[in-house]
Amino acid sequence: MNIKQIKKNGSLIIVLSGELDESMADYTRKNMDKIILDEGASNVIFDLSGLSFMDSTGIGVLLGRYKIIKKLGGKAMITGANKQIDRVLTMSGLYTIMEKIS
Amino acid sequence: MENYFELKLLSISENEKFARNTVAGFLVPLDPTLSELDDIKTAVSEAVTNCIVHAYEKQDDGIITIKVTTSGNRATITISDEGVGISDIEKAIMPFYTTKPDADRSGMGFTLMQSFMDEFEVSSGENKGTTIVMTKIIDNRGIND
Repeated sequence: MNIKQIKKNGSLIIVLSGELDESMADYTRKNMDKIILDEGASNVIFDLSGLSFMDSTGIGVLLGRYKIIKKLGGKAMITGANKQIDRVLTMSGLYTIMEKIS
Repeated sequence: MENYFELKLLSISENEKFARNTVAGFLVPLDPTLSELDDIKTAVSEAVTNCIVHAYEKQDDGIITIKVTTSGNRATITISDEGVGISDIEKAIMPFYTTKPDADRSGMGFTLMQSFMDEFEVSSGENKGTTIVMTKIIDNRGIND
């Protein structure tokens, strides 16, 4: 799992690469929280284009970060999900609370 | 063609990737589409996660057994543990229901297994472990089967 942060036009982009399952959940959670709290940005875009696999553990991880961002008064968005991840996100209803952007 | 394999794994999360990729690899001769393979990998990952997080509560000395049987274009995957078991299956399989809401769990594991597979069955007893049996019909069959 690789986590990268990019600031662009006032938004914080968090780029995830690798496979997000239970084995990577704690690491991903901790690192994303540090980035989000350090930056205090109001708009966060999760760029999943480097993720090759994610299951419902990943949904839980994203949902947890969404709650933190919302508490900070920000907005969370998702981009770049591959077909498998897109299905998991759609079925879990995550796009109803985190906008899917291209 | 009929085929079978069995795998026993320790309940450590690093084994999840190996489990889903091994099951997917075994089913490649059935000529599944990429999307069918993704469905199977996701369902296996969900079931193995449940064993690790819920059945064995992250203790790393539990045994997870995975059996895969193929018959024609049917792939049946059985994943079982000897962990704490599920006291209320009806509740457990409800979307968004989780016993661990504070741990960032989505409660979608069973829902995804049911959605991505064609048949799904769960049996469990308190302290008697849990067994998940799920079947995927591989529609995209090659001409040489």
